[in-house]
Amino acid sequence: MPHMTAFARNQWYVAAYSHEVGRELLGRTVLGEPLVLYRSQEDGTPVALNGRCVHRRYPLSEPPTRLDGDRIVCGYHGFTYDTTGACVYVPGQKRVPRTARIASYPVVEQDSLVWVWIGDPALANPSGIPRARHLDSPGWVTVRGMEPIDCDYGLLVDNLLDLSHETYLHGGYIGTPEVAETPITTEVDEGAGIVRVSRHMDDAECPPFYARSTGIEGRITRWQDIEYFAPCLYLLHSRVAPVGVVPEPDGSDPGGFHTEVTYAITPSADGRVYDFWAVSRDWATDEAEVSEFLRSNNHTVVMQDVDALNLLQRTLGTERHGYQELSINIDTGGLAARRILARLAEEGDKPVERAR
Amino acid sequence: MTAPAGKIYRVDWVPGTDLLHGTCHCGAEHTAEDPVAMWEWMLGHPEGHQGVE
Ligand code: FES
Ligand SMILES: [Fe+2]
Ligand SMILES: [Zn+2]
Repeated sequence: MPHMTAFARNQWYVAAYSHEVGRELLGRTVLGEPLVLYRSQEDGTPVALNGRCVHRRYPLSEPPTRLDGDRIVCGYHGFTYDTTGACVYVPGQKRVPRTARIASYPVVEQDSLVWVWIGDPALANPSGIPRARHLDSPGWVTVRGMEPIDCDYGLLVDNLLDLSHETYLHGGYIGTPEVAETPITTEVDEGAGIVRVSRHMDDAECPPFYARSTGIEGRITRWQDIEYFAPCLYLLHSRVAPVGVVPEPDGSDPGGFHTEVTYAITPSADGRVYDFWAVSRDWATDEAEVSEFLRSNNHTVVMQDVDALNLLQRTLGTERHGYQELSINIDTGGLAARRILARLAEEGDKPVERAR
Repeated sequence: MTAPAGKIYRVDWVPGTDLLHGTCHCGAEHTAEDPVAMWEWMLGHPEGHQGVE
């Protein structure tokens, strides 16, 4: 069995994009817990319930399970649940067993993301959810998608915290030689669970992803500033500009193209992760061709990662005697992230005091 | 030991070299050749850190 990164409970995770949660039942598995999501007719808020019927465990996201108003009617024998997960009807009898209820999960819809709390509901604090305002702000345009990957979620964290792989895995798309060659700076706020990795390239080749979308000709100044809010949210603040063009002394930056690349890394089950990806820009916002180019190009890039990580996981699975890794400078941020995830997993496993 | 939020560990990859230069939130500094050794030193705080709290 290859190494599996432990799950961190008592944390918020992105279960879906807002637009995915509607009047159709949506099934997702987060940290091994099957969920069913839908949007309440009454107040428009998302509902997240455990996705297994208490009766015979029929999956509540699967037809013919359906919504009746805001109630969910199991498609097998008709057990019916309200938005709190309480069973309000069973077939053929008046008395509903007292234990007939499915878990309901705290949900927050924010920045076009549907966050669910996996753990002790009494500890859920929405103010702890990191923000990605550009996903739902005027003046910003976003293209997005989600790909499940059959790998340990730790492999995706590793992948995203070390962008030197762009040069090799994504050459001809977003990678150029300078990415792998340029030294990084890593900052870790261990207590807050944040890792920041910066790579500032003063004079770099412009990859097709940016050349074709921005129209910049020639070499560029390219900055990549990563912020990873463990365990789930990853932001890459990207700035490209014609070489030598830097922000003004007052902080304004009319010559720079700012792109926010967002990932939500949501562990689904052992060896499976949801890779939510989004590319947001505040330039060329009314150009549909630019949106379509960025969407399809980034989808291709994401699929390169998906294929590589699927393969890597399968390969690790064939190692019969365990394995050793060798870390070098490019791994500084990834190693810090692993330590934070290990700590969060440990804290999430401890029985917690109720006083909060 | 986990540092409280807001305390920053910083590791710079020294340009033109293969070396890492680390600065703990306490001010202590350290040079290492690989990140595993660097984090071992860094997160060992306060052990081996001469900085001022
Ligand atoms: S399994 Fe749901 S009602 Fe029987
Ligand atoms: Fe990648
Ligand atoms: Zn120290």
